[in-house]
Amino acid sequence: MTTNVAARPATNLGNWQAWLPKYGVYLAIVLLVLYNIFFTPYFLTWSNLRIQLIQVAPIVIVALGMALVIGTEGIDLSVGSVMALAAALIPLYLGYGVAAAIIASVLAGVAVGFINGVLVARVGLQPIVATLALFVGGRGLAVVISHGQLKDIRNPDFVNLGSGDLLGIPVLVWIAAALVLVVGFLVRRTVFGRRLLAIGGNRPASELAGLPVKRVLITVYIVCAVLASIAGLLSVARIQSSDASAVGLLIELSAITAVVVGGTPLTGGRVRVLGTVAGALLMQLVIATMIKHNLQPSTTEMVQAVIILIAVYVARERKTR
Amino acid sequence: MTMGTAEKTPAPVAVAEDVRKAERTDRIVATVQRQGALAVLVVVVLIALAAFPNFRSFDNTATILVAATPPMLIALGMTFVILTGGIDLSVGSLYVLGGVLAAWASQWGFAAAFAAPLVVCGAIGLANGLLIAYTRVAPFIVTLAALLGARGLMRAISSEGSETYLVKSDPFRDLGNGSFLGIGYQVWLVVVLVGLGMVLLGRTRFGHAVYAVGGSEDAAALMGIAVRRTKVWVYVMSGLLAGVAGAINAAKLGSGVTVLGTGMELDAIAAVVIGGTLLTGGAGTIAGTIAGVLLLGVIQNLINQVGNVNSNWQQVISGTFLALVVVAQTYLVKLRRVS
Repeated sequence: MTTNVAARPATNLGNWQAWLPKYGVYLAIVLLVLYNIFFTPYFLTWSNLRIQLIQVAPIVIVALGMALVIGTEGIDLSVGSVMALAAALIPLYLGYGVAAAIIASVLAGVAVGFINGVLVARVGLQPIVATLALFVGGRGLAVVISHGQLKDIRNPDFVNLGSGDLLGIPVLVWIAAALVLVVGFLVRRTVFGRRLLAIGGNRPASELAGLPVKRVLITVYIVCAVLASIAGLLSVARIQSSDASAVGLLIELSAITAVVVGGTPLTGGRVRVLGTVAGALLMQLVIATMIKHNLQPSTTEMVQAVIILIAVYVARERKTR
Repeated sequence: MTMGTAEKTPAPVAVAEDVRKAERTDRIVATVQRQGALAVLVVVVLIALAAFPNFRSFDNTATILVAATPPMLIALGMTFVILTGGIDLSVGSLYVLGGVLAAWASQWGFAAAFAAPLVVCGAIGLANGLLIAYTRVAPFIVTLAALLGARGLMRAISSEGSETYLVKSDPFRDLGNGSFLGIGYQVWLVVVLVGLGMVLLGRTRFGHAVYAVGGSEDAAALMGIAVRRTKVWVYVMSGLLAGVAGAINAAKLGSGVTVLGTGMELDAIAAVVIGGTLLTGGAGTIAGTIAGVLLLGVIQNLINQVGNVNSNWQQVISGTFLALVVVAQTYLVKLRRVS
């Protein structure tokens, strides 16, 4: 939003300045894990790691989509509402089978993403306003659909998605890992990924180069919303109930935090998929560590705020160099 | 222009005609953009007057106005921030923090109940402004961090949100519940503050600087406007107003409620945008924001009046409204640029 008035002089004080923004997240994770191994009882137990992974999976899935959108210099505030919509639709369609429920909630994601994409790409709205409209309206609609009631989900196949195991690892984690690979492939190895980065880097230039800018933008918002709807249905499967007023509340903030801490610049043109996963893991570890050491949620929130600021400040040095 | 003259000297007249037409479109578009929210508000109120007998009562009007006071103050600060091309996501948290602080500090009297939220929320606003102006980190991120930080602070002073402080100062509680000429004190306070805001924005050097910074930061800097100082001040104002809004709400409720205020920042942004202020900065009015806030308030009031309609429709309607308004605005801006 701010434009850089004065050009900063090149700072090249040492290697670590180039190194820190790129690998700082991983370093922080390693340090935090080491600290936990030595000072937190029961940290290295499988049940603890399992819980951490299950908790972080929906955030990772949403953050992947958010990273793509941020890569195009956009932002998507509506992801939490999409999760709520997906959650609200599941009990309605579960009667027709698990597949029908999943298709219905993913289609809701496609619809929301399409609206976002059209508003951003065709109408030319700023992404923050376009997605704000659905942030406000989407959750309202979800609560209207579900009549504001919490509904229990008892379908064993569907619940299995959220609490079942495959080869000893939760299904939820497998799905998140698969989606990470898919998005990583999408960004690095496909024409779509190249176009996405080009648009984020310089939209007028991409238009002049003949890229289908509008189509790519619409697709990006659809992908983001679909990932959010998958996260929504997985959370429902995990909690075994659908509560449209609570699912995915404030997840847009967690997702943006994960992306930013992971080193993806908000100015677009660059997507760090693994960094995003690491960002989500780092925030999860920070929260878990503080809970284990009996620090209050209030302290946790303030620490999160500081981490976001540090991450963005560090990333800024690289951007202006 | 008559056809006769046009036939004799076609070129200059046609050009003059074109220019005049362009000017007219420009004027109409500008008016619609500025007064659109007001027009919609008038239409909605007229429909409500015709359809709902309870709507026109004095009590109901007072209810709408009182309910609109905190959003109005927050949206007022947000208008300044958005006019500079920024955004302030922290106001929802600051609003809650202000309420809790006011209730907590009311044990030392009326002045303390106002001073505590003003000092703390003002300081957080100052921190926002300094970070945004001097490190050039995006306002979105800085104020997002402030949102988390302020919420953390609020929970820290309220035993993790479990303790609700009661307002101990009677004069302070009167502020929230008493009335003058049948209209609540807080409404009068807001009217004064909004009036001051209008004077500040329209009649002072600072107001011009706000518009200039939002229009083009580079140009403003070249003109010798203190861009950074202007930015710092708008975030301080936004923080202060959010704090006052929280204090007023605490006075009304008689306690510092810790669970309100989520999403308040987005409601404020929605009201500002509906009021015709461009999110890109540089264009917009406080009058538009007033219309935007009242419009959202009236819609909510009407939904409450209908009774058996699910109150969640209010969000759906607000969202739709927001989308329609911004889409219309974008087309108006394009129309203006073409003409």
